[in-house]
Amino acid sequence: MLKLEHVSVTFHPGTQLEKKALTDVSVTIHDGDFVTILGSNGAGKSTFFNVIAGKIPVTSGKVFLDEEDITEQKEHIRARQIGRLFQNPAMGTAGELSVEENLALAYSHSQRGMFSRAVTNADREFFAEHLKTLDMGLEDRLKTPIGLLSGGQRQAVALMMAVLNPPKILLLDEHTAALDPKSAHKILEITNQLIKQEQITALMITHNMKDALENGSRLLIFHDGRITKDFSGAEKSALKPEDVIHFYEV
Amino acid sequence: MTVNVLLKALELGLILAVLSEGVYVSFRILNIPDMTVDGSFSTGAAVVAVSTMAGQPYLGLCWAFLAGCVCGLVTAFLQTKMKIQPLLAGIITMTGLYSINLRIMGSMPNMPLLSLDPDCASMFDTVDQPLLVLIPLIAVLALVLYWFFKTNLGLQIRATGDNEAMVRSSSINVDRMKFIAFGLSNGLVALSGALFAQYNHFADVTGGTGMMVIGLAGIIVGEAIIQKRTIGFGILSAILGACIYRVLYTLALQFGVPSGDMNLISALLVAITISIPYIRKKRRGEYA
Repeated sequence: MLKLEHVSVTFHPGTQLEKKALTDVSVTIHDGDFVTILGSNGAGKSTFFNVIAGKIPVTSGKVFLDEEDITEQKEHIRARQIGRLFQNPAMGTAGELSVEENLALAYSHSQRGMFSRAVTNADREFFAEHLKTLDMGLEDRLKTPIGLLSGGQRQAVALMMAVLNPPKILLLDEHTAALDPKSAHKILEITNQLIKQEQITALMITHNMKDALENGSRLLIFHDGRITKDFSGAEKSALKPEDVIHFYEV
Repeated sequence: MTVNVLLKALELGLILAVLSEGVYVSFRILNIPDMTVDGSFSTGAAVVAVSTMAGQPYLGLCWAFLAGCVCGLVTAFLQTKMKIQPLLAGIITMTGLYSINLRIMGSMPNMPLLSLDPDCASMFDTVDQPLLVLIPLIAVLALVLYWFFKTNLGLQIRATGDNEAMVRSSSINVDRMKFIAFGLSNGLVALSGALFAQYNHFADVTGGTGMMVIGLAGIIVGEAIIQKRTIGFGILSAILGACIYRVLYTLALQFGVPSGDMNLISALLVAITISIPYIRKKRRGEYA
C-alpha cells in the first residue's frame, strides 16, 4: 500500500520562479490497484511520480510504503521496491549492453552475490522463457546489443526488467507515448498481462484518454497540482471520454 | 629496426598496455575522461621507487596499485560528492598529486631504483627476458578484468557508464560504482607507472605527463584493428593497441623523429581518430 499524506512540492520557493507543482496531495493506493492518471501538462503528474520514486524531495508532507515512512529514503534504496518506466525507451535500458545483460542487471544481483557471474546459462533459459511470452521474437536476440532493437522491443525488455523482480509499486510514465500505434498497443497489452500475472500495484500516466479509461481499476485526474477527480470500479467503467475532457477544465 | 629494438618496444608496449587498460576503464567503460592518470602514473612510480629502496620491489607493485586506487577514489569523491565536473575533478587531483609524489620521493624529482641487493632492484632483474614476466602478467590481468566485468558488479559499472539516468532510477548506487571504477582504473595506471619505473630503473615525478593521451592512443589503435566492441574484445584491443602503438612509436624514433615531438604526434593521432566518426557523419549528412 502506497500512501501520500498532505504532500506539497514547491520549486524555487521564495523566488520569482516559485511554482507549486503539488499542493496538499493525499491519496492511498491499495495493493493490486492499477491506477491510470490523466491531466494536462504541468498538472503535477510527473512530480507526483518523482515524489514517489524519491527523485525530488517533498516540501512538506509524508510518503508511506506499507506503513513505512519513506519520505527521506534515497532513490536507489526505494528502487528496490518501486520500479519505473519512462516515455523514452532508451531511458530504461543500457544501449551498449546485450538484451540478456540488461535483464541480468535487473535480476541477477538479487539472486547472487556481486562477484558471481551476471549471466549464467540457467539465467539465459529463464530470460528466454519469459521473453517468449511477449511473442516478439526477443528470445532469439539475447546477445544483441539492445541499442539495435526498435523502440517497442526496447520498451518491452524494459518492462520485463521492471517485473523480473516484481516491485511493490510500478510507475509507468507515459511508457507508450513514444511508440508507433501498433507497438504502443502491444506494449499496453503486455503491461496488462504482466501486471495481472505478477499481481503488481501499478500507476500509469497517459495522455491517451482511451487508454486511461480502458485500462486499470482506478482513475486519478490531476489539475493544477491537485488530484481533482478519483474514480474507481463501476464508476470508472461508466466513464466516457466526453465526460473526462470536461474534468480537465475543472 | 633490429630484433632487439623490436623486443624492447614490445616490452614497453606491454607495460603501457596496463596503462591503456586503466584508461579503458574510465574512458570507455565509465565514459568519463579522467585526467587523474597523469598524476597517478607518477604516484605508482614514486611508490615503487621508495618501496624498492626499502628492499621490497614486489610488494612495491602492490602498494603502487593501492596508492593508484586511492588517487582514483579522491577524483571519484570530488565528482560524486562535491559535484565537480569530471574533467576538472581529475585535473585537481592530478595537480595535488604532483606535490604528493614529490613528498613520497623525499623531495627528489627523480630517483634511481636501487637496492642493497643489486639482483632484486626490480622484477625484471630476476629473468633474462622481461617478456617472460610481462606476458603472463598481462594475460592474468586481462583475464581478471574480463571476469570482473562479467560479474554482477562489473555489469553494474558498465551500465553506469552506458546509461547513468537508468541506473540512477534502479536500485544501484551510482556513486559507489564510480568510486570502484575510478579506483580500479587508477590502480591499473599506477601499476603501469610502477612497472615502467622498475623497467627503466628510475622514477621521475614528471613521468606521468601526457600519459592519459598515451593510454588513449593505445585504445584507439587497438579499436581500429579490432572492430568488435564487446567487453572482451575491448580489453584485448587495449593491450594489442598499446603494443602496436609502442612499436610505431619506436619506428618513428628510428626514422629520426625527435622524441620531444612524439607527444604532439600522439595528441594528433588521438584528436583525429576521435573526430573521424563525427566528420564521417557530417559528410554523410551533407550528401544524403
